[in-house]
Amino acid sequence: MITAATIQSAIAQGLLWAVLTLGVYLTYRVLGFSDLGCEGSFPLGAAVSVVLMNGGVHPLLAAAAAMLCGAIAGAITGVLHTVFKIPDILAGILTMISLYSINIRIMSGKATVTIASDTLKSIVGGLFPQNTSSYIVSIVTGAIFCLIIVGVLYYYFGTEVGCSIRATGDNAKMARAVGVNTDMMIVLCLVISNSMIALAGNLIAQFDYGSALVNMGQGTIVIGLASIIIGEVLFVRDEMNFALKMFSVVAGAVIYRIVIACALTLPWLKATDLKLITAVTVAIALALPVVKQKMALRAKRRAALKEAGNAEA
Amino acid sequence: MLKLKNLSKTFNPGTVNEKLVLDNVSLLVNEGDFVSVIGSNGAGKSTLLNAIAGSVDLDAGSIELNGREISQMPDVTRARFIGRVFQDPMMGTAPGMWIKENLSLAYRRTKRPTLRWALSSDDDEMYIEKLEKLGLGLEGRLKTKVGLLSGGQRQALTLLMATIQQPELLLLDEHTAALDPKTAKTVLELSADIIEKNNLTTLMVTHNMRNAIDYGNRLIMMHEGRIILDIEGEEKRRLSVAALMEMFERSSGEDFASDSALLGK
Repeated sequence: MITAATIQSAIAQGLLWAVLTLGVYLTYRVLGFSDLGCEGSFPLGAAVSVVLMNGGVHPLLAAAAAMLCGAIAGAITGVLHTVFKIPDILAGILTMISLYSINIRIMSGKATVTIASDTLKSIVGGLFPQNTSSYIVSIVTGAIFCLIIVGVLYYYFGTEVGCSIRATGDNAKMARAVGVNTDMMIVLCLVISNSMIALAGNLIAQFDYGSALVNMGQGTIVIGLASIIIGEVLFVRDEMNFALKMFSVVAGAVIYRIVIACALTLPWLKATDLKLITAVTVAIALALPVVKQKMALRAKRRAALKEAGNAEA
Repeated sequence: MLKLKNLSKTFNPGTVNEKLVLDNVSLLVNEGDFVSVIGSNGAGKSTLLNAIAGSVDLDAGSIELNGREISQMPDVTRARFIGRVFQDPMMGTAPGMWIKENLSLAYRRTKRPTLRWALSSDDDEMYIEKLEKLGLGLEGRLKTKVGLLSGGQRQALTLLMATIQQPELLLLDEHTAALDPKTAKTVLELSADIIEKNNLTTLMVTHNMRNAIDYGNRLIMMHEGRIILDIEGEEKRRLSVAALMEMFERSSGEDFASDSALLGK
């Protein structure tokens, strides 16, 4: 059964996961870089912040530490790719795999660390009336984070540095020809993206799972891509500015969660089917434009053939 | 002044595809020289330009531009003072960005990018004025994505981007070869105009002998990685395509007719 609570929970999840989606958007769409490293920096953000919070560090400070660690992870992927010329996907995989071991180290050898201290959720929740649902607290927090991030990114990608990053993603050869250090821009973009993804891991750990899990990163890139594609298909128009495009992607992340939540109410679907559904959705969405193009080409050829036949007769 | 000393480059050394593309090339280009570079396919023209710009690493030799040695500098550093236009009109501009964004990137090429807002209207007037001079109607389209422009418009824009900050050296690598004849002529005339007005030191590779004779004050011909002809001034002005072909045959010892690539239109 789909209840109001299901939808509220889905919106809350969507807004928190949107932080990850925005991070993936930066690498995948702006830079054209498929960064699998995000599957490692997401649990990294959770692990670092949860361990710190359990050690008595303030949640906001823990979040900042998570972002810093994510930034370092992104820098490593970037250096592997730019300095050592390792292909983007492989560079990301290397970071992801090594972070698996590192994350378990951070969590003192455990695969799960439950939060046993004050969280951002309890602090923010304290500002609301006594019996406010926890979904509302998550929705408000997620929305605030998304607003701040979209605002900051919109400004940043309109600055000279931001333009240089966009040019690197758009046409690296042109960027180099006008003196843009494309290697540095790739590393910079990965640093920003991965710090956001680590922040997302930290938020999900606090607001959703209540713990850091070493496996929580699995499939995050596909979830991010699915959200991006949904947002783009439904909302993005060519003439939109960067901020609106980012808001579309946030909306995509929310709709993705609502669709999943609704799908899971079907009796014959199991929660473990989720990843399969997501992957199939992304594959179809990526294949669709190609199929469309091929069909258009075939129709054009057929028309040309017909015309040639008519001319002969 | 550009001083090339003993430039050498071999592609795929030690393999069956080994090819000597630059064979001890030395060249002195004076301030304000507009040199057209011709030669058959594989003569080393593009490699020469790429070596100067830094996108090809040399095996040996030194490149001195206005008194400083640049052969060890990375290409992005050289791009701060060397302007380039490529053969492919899609290569020199970012299609997903506005005309204005492309221009502003090029305009700030000499400086490190900062956190200053790049989309401000401060420089709009200057951009519009420069775009007007192209005569292609781009001046009212600062916020048009470059991907929507035609090949000729994109190439003209690339030319403007390469010269919007006075470069110490301008490299044109067959920059009109991919355009239709009429557009090619427009872009070529624009180039000559900009080069003359700003007194730009220029190397222009072309496959078209007529253009090589008509444009520039100096002409060099390359063959098998060497410079086999170097003509300037009055002598160049009086050149005809036929005379140029004859010189090629004499200098290279090869029959020109076998080399259709050199045949000018």
